[in-house]
Amino acid sequence: MTDSARAHVPESVAKGREVVACLEHVTKIFDDAPAVDDLNLEIYEGEFFSLLGPSGCGKTTSLRMLGGFEEPTSGRILLGGRDVTYQAPYHRDVNTVFQSYALFPHLNVFENVAFGLRRRHLEKAEVARRVGSLLEIVDLPNFEKRRAAQLSGGQQQRVALARALVNEPKLLLLDEPMSALDAKLRRQMQIELKRIQTQVGITFLYVTHDQEEAMTMSDRLAVMRAGKIEGIGSPRDVYDSPSTEFVATFLGASNLLTGEITSTGGPFATVTMSDASTLSVPSDRVPDTGGATNVKVGVRPEKISIGAANASTPPGHNALRGQVRVSTFTGVGNQYLVDTASGVELTVYAQNIGQESAPRSGDNVTLTWPAEHTFAVRPMRGGRRDDEEPSEGE
Amino acid sequence: MDESVLTDHSRGVKKERHSSGWGKKLAPYLLSLPSGLWLLLLFIVPLGILLIQSLETCSPATGACVMTWSWGELPHQVSLYHQQFITSLIFAAVATLIDLVISFPIAYWIAFYGGRRKNFFLIMLLVPFFVSFIIRTIVWEFILSNNGFILTFLRNQHLVPSGFHVLGTSYAVIAGLAYNYLPFTALPLYVAIERIDRRVLDAAYDLYANRREAFLRVILPLSMPGIFAAFLLTFIPAFGDYVNQEILGGTSNTMIGTVIQNSFLVNFDYAGGASLSVVLLAVALLGIWLYARLLGTSTINEYL
Repeated sequence: MTDSARAHVPESVAKGREVVACLEHVTKIFDDAPAVDDLNLEIYEGEFFSLLGPSGCGKTTSLRMLGGFEEPTSGRILLGGRDVTYQAPYHRDVNTVFQSYALFPHLNVFENVAFGLRRRHLEKAEVARRVGSLLEIVDLPNFEKRRAAQLSGGQQQRVALARALVNEPKLLLLDEPMSALDAKLRRQMQIELKRIQTQVGITFLYVTHDQEEAMTMSDRLAVMRAGKIEGIGSPRDVYDSPSTEFVATFLGASNLLTGEITSTGGPFATVTMSDASTLSVPSDRVPDTGGATNVKVGVRPEKISIGAANASTPPGHNALRGQVRVSTFTGVGNQYLVDTASGVELTVYAQNIGQESAPRSGDNVTLTWPAEHTFAVRPMRGGRRDDEEPSEGE
Repeated sequence: MDESVLTDHSRGVKKERHSSGWGKKLAPYLLSLPSGLWLLLLFIVPLGILLIQSLETCSPATGACVMTWSWGELPHQVSLYHQQFITSLIFAAVATLIDLVISFPIAYWIAFYGGRRKNFFLIMLLVPFFVSFIIRTIVWEFILSNNGFILTFLRNQHLVPSGFHVLGTSYAVIAGLAYNYLPFTALPLYVAIERIDRRVLDAAYDLYANRREAFLRVILPLSMPGIFAAFLLTFIPAFGDYVNQEILGGTSNTMIGTVIQNSFLVNFDYAGGASLSVVLLAVALLGIWLYARLLGTSTINEYL
């Protein structure tokens, strides 16, 4: 585990590389309610992986089980191939950046960062060298003598990061580390964190409820809901072809229309709406409905072009007719709410690239988009977003 | 918490204050007047009288005292009773140490594992102390007496020799002191431990500290303010205590409190008693100062 061995890690998706951490059929039950429900997850060497989901979805519990702060009710946890399910946190080659940073208030910055190294009885000179180099990496040189209480939120976060990274763990767990920072600082730290991860080459498991954060930084991410993973893959894959209605609505905005699959086979399936209009969906983006024909067809707002009512539909495109209800200018673009003939309201987002005449509210328009940008998902159980569930007591 | 409501509220208060400038200036003094008078009449004045008395010479026959600036009285009293001072110091220190060792696990357990019943457990800890100090000590006299159930049992089981006794020994006095001052140790400890962020403990475990190291490197240093407060609140009253020694002790382990009490109430040597009280006060202050220097309260204050 030398520095040079970790120096370079490509940003590509980490398929086929060594599995660093693995959850096998992990279930955690708190007071009869499953917080994590038969979870399977593999994290690869060197990747930046995010667990994304609303509060109460079990993402923090999963992280705490990896850290050793919770024991699973059933299932196995492997770290570097070794079963650590019931191992104490201080025996695990894993370090955590806590949500509140949890810096030691009685120690200065140097001693905070050196804490883990001292517990491992490293030589004094080596401790000083590694703490110094980590404080350099997190951009906090000459802060050694300060106390945690004398630091700003952003600085505390950097210390927490340095304190964990200095031990060169197999896996770094980050539990919503940005939640206490303001929006501007958060965006700065996202870039910074990604830079640091690339520089040190340590595997990051990042837990967040902020989809933008997860998409910006991750090599891969998983969207969790009610203790289960609903979608997993690279941010682009999960965004462009969400596997469930929940993923489609939680990760970015989606327009979803209810319809029935009327023909399959070939590269595109056909879905018929209630008003008999049809949409084409790439066959590989149609979920296994298990015989049922009810699906929801989705398209992202920025994929849709808005045109005049009499505009022709280019070949290979889906088209819907409607009337603009609201048109909002946001500076970088225009956002439209369009009522379609089938009674569904669609959101359309058009970039401000200087087009001459933007449709106004009341105008009849045609919405078109390339058929390959269409996806279909099974209607969600219960039909509502579960992002207001009670949170999992930390 | 709605911040806008708070700021609106404080703005309202400001307006009111502006309307009466005099009241605003006088308010802090008026508010502190009752406690200030209380302290002046019942603490500062008696302390002054005590200091004056320690420099007077009193006639043993009439009890009348005259100011003679007899500074020599202080070292004289110390030379007479230094043994009792040392006994008090040792008894109070041992009792405080025992209290810290007993209270820490209790306070730790209530603070970390008490859950919703924290207050219930605290009350349970305090219930015995609703009973008067003297009565509690007399009950201890029953418990430790030669015919008490503990010694009777131990003798019957032949676990101790037939002549074994506890009452009248230093152990009995220390036990009584430790028992009587336990809440003064437990409560400040509880308050300090309760304030420790549990996540900091998680962080210690995460950074390879086992349970023992996490305790020594994190819990104990973060409990230091509580330990310091507990020490002050236990050691100082125990140092000057005379009830425990009077009831549970014998003649060989007289504490300074008993000497002072006798000076005032038995020998009517007001000047001597006052001198001893002044020395006691000085020793206590010196002890606190040393303790603060050694354990560094400044570093404690920094993160409070």
